[in-house]
Amino acid sequence: MAGKTLYDKLWDDHLVKQRDDGSALIYIDRQLLHEVTSPQAFEGLRLADRKPWRIDANIATPDHNVPTTDRERGVEGIVDPVSRIQVETLDKNCDEFGILEFKIKDQRQGIVHVIGPEQGATLPGMSIVCGDSHTSTHGAFGCLAHGIGTSEVEHVLATQCLVQQKMKNMLVKVNGKLGPGVTGKDVVLAIIGRIGTAGGTGYAIEFGGEAIHDLSMEARMTICNMSIEAGARVGMVSVDDTTIDYVRGRPFAPEGEQWDKAVEYWRTLHSDDDAVFDKVVELDGADILPQVSWGTSPEMVTGVDGAVPDPDREEDPIKREGIVRALKYMGLQPNQKITDIKLDRVFIGSCTNSRIEDLREAAKVVKGHKVSPTLKQAMVVPGSGLVKAQAEQEGLDKVFIEAGLEWRDPGCSMCLAMNADKLGQGEHCASTSNRNFEGRQGFGGRTHLVSPAMAAAAAIKGHFVDVREIMN
Amino acid sequence: MRAFTQHQGVAAPMDRSNVDTDMIIPKQFLKSIKRTGFGPNLFDELRYLDEGKPDQDCSNRPLNPDFVLNQDRYRNASVLLARRNFGCGSSREHAPWALDDFGFRVIIAPSFADIFYNNCFKNGLLPIVLAEEVVEKLFQETYENEGYQLSIDLEAKTVTTPSGESFGFDVDDFRRHCLLNGLDDIGVTLEDADLIRDYENKRRETAPWLFNTAN
Repeated sequence: MAGKTLYDKLWDDHLVKQRDDGSALIYIDRQLLHEVTSPQAFEGLRLADRKPWRIDANIATPDHNVPTTDRERGVEGIVDPVSRIQVETLDKNCDEFGILEFKIKDQRQGIVHVIGPEQGATLPGMSIVCGDSHTSTHGAFGCLAHGIGTSEVEHVLATQCLVQQKMKNMLVKVNGKLGPGVTGKDVVLAIIGRIGTAGGTGYAIEFGGEAIHDLSMEARMTICNMSIEAGARVGMVSVDDTTIDYVRGRPFAPEGEQWDKAVEYWRTLHSDDDAVFDKVVELDGADILPQVSWGTSPEMVTGVDGAVPDPDREEDPIKREGIVRALKYMGLQPNQKITDIKLDRVFIGSCTNSRIEDLREAAKVVKGHKVSPTLKQAMVVPGSGLVKAQAEQEGLDKVFIEAGLEWRDPGCSMCLAMNADKLGQGEHCASTSNRNFEGRQGFGGRTHLVSPAMAAAAAIKGHFVDVREIMN
Repeated sequence: MRAFTQHQGVAAPMDRSNVDTDMIIPKQFLKSIKRTGFGPNLFDELRYLDEGKPDQDCSNRPLNPDFVLNQDRYRNASVLLARRNFGCGSSREHAPWALDDFGFRVIIAPSFADIFYNNCFKNGLLPIVLAEEVVEKLFQETYENEGYQLSIDLEAKTVTTPSGESFGFDVDDFRRHCLLNGLDDIGVTLEDADLIRDYENKRRETAPWLFNTAN
């Protein structure tokens, strides 16, 4: 019999019941909650007169709607009354049911996918869900983690389980070493460019290979975070020393004998040598350049030395139509060089790229430079209050402010523009976020997805530039 | 949940691939704490020429005359024809809520994004996967025939055209069963409460760190 993949092992460890119809009950170790996708779930519980199954499995924080300025005023500082009600509703629900919440003024508040790992509430081998598609982030720890809808948030609150169908296994292997200036973000964008935005649909992806295991936990989280942009709900990296070193000493992490026992188990969280994957994709790390997206889907991406494609050269009529539509929305010309795209704003933040390492990389690039006067705005939004404090301790805030970038308070911010941070119509933004969909960062806004280092370089120049030129 | 057994309704062609859930319902409408009322803002940025705001009366907003659902012949559509990878992106269940609130009961596409596909079933909405060439044929017939209606039978797992041509589709047994009977799947899961408790007790012994609260 063939060995098991990491996904097979995680699935088996969380299987409560296999039903005859092919569906299965899967136990959920951790649920993360935020204000946007939970109110209807709590309301559903109340209407059915149900109680949460296991209160301490849940952790909540407001992140999507919170302002990134004026935070000392707490909830009162949320100007938009509709946003304020949503945050207040989360507070009320958590208070009523006794769920641990890092409220808006708590230093531990932040983007759900930043605070889970930061607190050690994300532990290797866990099954983790959240009403947010970027829950795949936690797969970086060898977790079975994926986004769910609000009905399933309610299902997990009420039963601690989900009804699931097992996915297929895909291995994406990045061989060799990455070049200088090439980050986890570039790796994942290159993968999406290769397999397409539906390439992973129906699969759980394991990212492996030397280039992946050379990366920090922050970079692995960036890669797993964007699995969903390749269509895969689940993205994972197997456990190694880097994983275990990251977890050690965090508030929710085990200690003493329990720690030793946990580590012993965590060491088994990798695919067996003879495991069989339904699909294998291999890339050579040395071939990956810093990436820039030019279109309105994350698969519309190219190396910084590239150009906007010419739809006339696309043979598939549906793809050709997609390119034509994207170029019209983005205001770009076929064959236009990526480095000729002029920018209006730069956003460094989001659950993809707002961790301490991301901020360090961006700060390294802007240090001693000034933001281009042609930009309207360049902002840095740390992923959590603790990331912010760490960055300030290292003096990164001063580097950003001296260079002319705004230093904000933590939240999802301009990744999806549910708060006041947004693009104006027709504005181009170099963004470290995860989605370049039409209108994502603001009505009529034009998003280009890049790494923090590339965003920082673009902030200095006012247009895209190969970050490796600035680093030299 | 509302049961789904059979449905017949006007088909509307949403002729673009990779329609994401941001497009189905933009973020500013996600601030609602209700499950209903999203219909007027379905496809908001495609449907109207101005920027939509939450809690706004949409009846006087300028409509985009080129958008499919603004054309008289599709106004009462309840079957949405779509292209590859429909519903990609965000997990927001507001997307199926908005489609449902508009009046859609069925979405037919060559492929769907996983989370969206799953969310539909929780709301009495049936996503159907048909081969790309079949979907293409349905698009063409819809364009050519005003008032073109499709009949969907979940029991028989068929989509039937006005000319009587019938196409079979696959749907997994559990989802079909829940939809046919309008079952509350939390209730179904809780029938196995003892099994869940047994599993949990075993895990408390073998992996106690999973149950830790903060140190």
